Amino acid sequence: MADTAPLIEFRNIAKRYGEGEAEIFALAGIDFAIERGEFVAIMGPSGSGKSTAMNILGCLDTPSAGHYLFDGVDVAGLTRDQRALIRRNYIGFVFQGFNLLARASALENVELPLIYQGLPRDERRALAREALARVGLNGREHHDPSELSGGQQQRVAIARALVGQPEVILADEPTGNLDQKRSHEIMKVLAELNDQGMTIVMVTHEDDMAAYAPRHIWLTDGKITSDGAPTGQSQHAAPGDLTEAAQ
Amino acid sequence: MIWETFLLALQAIFRNTLRSVLTVLGVVIGVAAVIALVTLGQGSTAQVTSDVESLGTSILTLRPGAPGMGPGRSGSAPAFTLADVDALADELPSVATAAPYGTQNVTALYGSETITTQAVGTDSRYLDATDWEIVAGRAFTSAEESGAQSVCLLGNTVLEDLFGDADPLDQRIRLGALSCKVIGVLAEKGAGSFGMDQDSVVLIPMRTLQTRLIGSTGVNSITVAVADGYSTDTATAEIEALMRERRSISATETDNFNVMDMAQMASMLTAVTSTLTGLLSAVAAVSLLVGGIGIMNIMLVSVTERTREIGIRLAVGATAGQVMLQFLVEAVVLSIMGGVIGIALGLAIAFFASMQLGTPFVPSTVVVVGAFVFSGLVGVIFGYFPARRAARLDPIEALRYQ
Repeated sequence: MADTAPLIEFRNIAKRYGEGEAEIFALAGIDFAIERGEFVAIMGPSGSGKSTAMNILGCLDTPSAGHYLFDGVDVAGLTRDQRALIRRNYIGFVFQGFNLLARASALENVELPLIYQGLPRDERRALAREALARVGLNGREHHDPSELSGGQQQRVAIARALVGQPEVILADEPTGNLDQKRSHEIMKVLAELNDQGMTIVMVTHEDDMAAYAPRHIWLTDGKITSDGAPTGQSQHAAPGDLTEAAQ
Repeated sequence: MIWETFLLALQAIFRNTLRSVLTVLGVVIGVAAVIALVTLGQGSTAQVTSDVESLGTSILTLRPGAPGMGPGRSGSAPAFTLADVDALADELPSVATAAPYGTQNVTALYGSETITTQAVGTDSRYLDATDWEIVAGRAFTSAEESGAQSVCLLGNTVLEDLFGDADPLDQRIRLGALSCKVIGVLAEKGAGSFGMDQDSVVLIPMRTLQTRLIGSTGVNSITVAVADGYSTDTATAEIEALMRERRSISATETDNFNVMDMAQMASMLTAVTSTLTGLLSAVAAVSLLVGGIGIMNIMLVSVTERTREIGIRLAVGATAGQVMLQFLVEAVVLSIMGGVIGIALGLAIAFFASMQLGTPFVPSTVVVVGAFVFSGLVGVIFGYFPARRAARLDPIEALRYQ
């Protein structure tokens, strides 16, 4: 793998659903590259294709056309199991709904990716404790998700995302189910991880959460309408205004 | 990894203990039924074999009827005569002794005690042929035998039932229409095939049976003891030759009697048990199949319930194969648990039933291992479809599933 290649590169990625008359382009051919250590917010109104882009980024879905280079390797045409291996070794997920195993403790949830990486039990335990400490959850290792607040559950999810030492953490509306205070706490955790060098790509529609990311990619109707540092007015600007500003 | 999968399966099974127990009930019942039936069947086979062998391997039995027809199916073949018995005993070097044998079910009565038992008509040579000893009194004299006198020898059960601790010798008992004097008591033989009591018997002279109880002069069975130094095959050949001649069977006709040694006798008796055991086991095996369908049903429900969990596992990097393995192992562990419980239950049932029936308890390793393997197979076969469904879930859909 070339060191000079961007970590993530979308080349004319398109995603098409349906056939013939009913054909819809969720993504109409988009290009962008994300370097190591970046913190990128993918924004846009609902139906703009940002979830589709995220699913393709996470190797959960495959594009209908185009090339997706992950660390210089085209992963667009990989098989299901090959994509599972990419997810296992290089990608950590944080979801809006936390997606923790309900009947497993915080520690067991964080251990999960390491089981599939094939680490022995003791090593898993140690790494999981370490990851929980990094998100500020020491002493909560043996709590079930139901015994934790929403913010704490999302921290467990972040610990699970980072425990496998991935190349990138993909966060899909990570603050969507949280109140303002908790949302900012979660964003601070993500920003801190980014400061430590972790690449983070986040989907959000909330301007004040996106503000933690230095780079925003705006999607509208499956096309990129803006890509770069947010303008000072971005919190209040409508997508249309941003497009003009970018031009 | 496989150890992790196994632990995970146990966790999933015990998370819903009641449901798991109900799920495996079908397998438990199926396996228990097969194990119990086969074990009991083998116990009774073992008993028949040992009973027959205890009579001695050098004993042959002659019955009227073509070979292979079995007892009670003599058809139109004529009975033997007492002269046949004497000819066998005296003329053939390979025959040590021969005795007539005929039976009649009777009601035996002494004082106020009444029992149903079997009157066996024979002579003293029968006691020699079967090594049956007399523990009190004496055997029949030849005068008693030829004169059809009313004397009898009591089996142990008859003795205990009619006389208790009292001395039976020289007392008179009534056998149906016959009143006879007790002249001796036979040694105890113990329980016989199919729970039959070999000691519930009263021996009387053959002629007494013929004239006083049956009213015919036929002899429907002859017991032959093979002489030392002769094989049963040699004896059988000599007997067949002699009997063909005595019964005037031409060279073109087949035998209208058969000579069976004890091994043949045993296999004939056990054939019935084996067939019955086989049939019942087949029925029980069907319930195993139904148990397997129960497991498949619950595994399908489980896959649907845990769709989100499957999505999470796929997202963190589980391959389709690993998800499939997880559910397959769960189904196999579930059905093997049912199998193990069923084996224990089946053996327990067979143990208590054989105690009740008085047959030996003969657990078979082959059957136990077979049931274990088969229950595992049931898990694999019926767990495959649900596991494949789990493995084929789309991670995006699965994560969205509520």
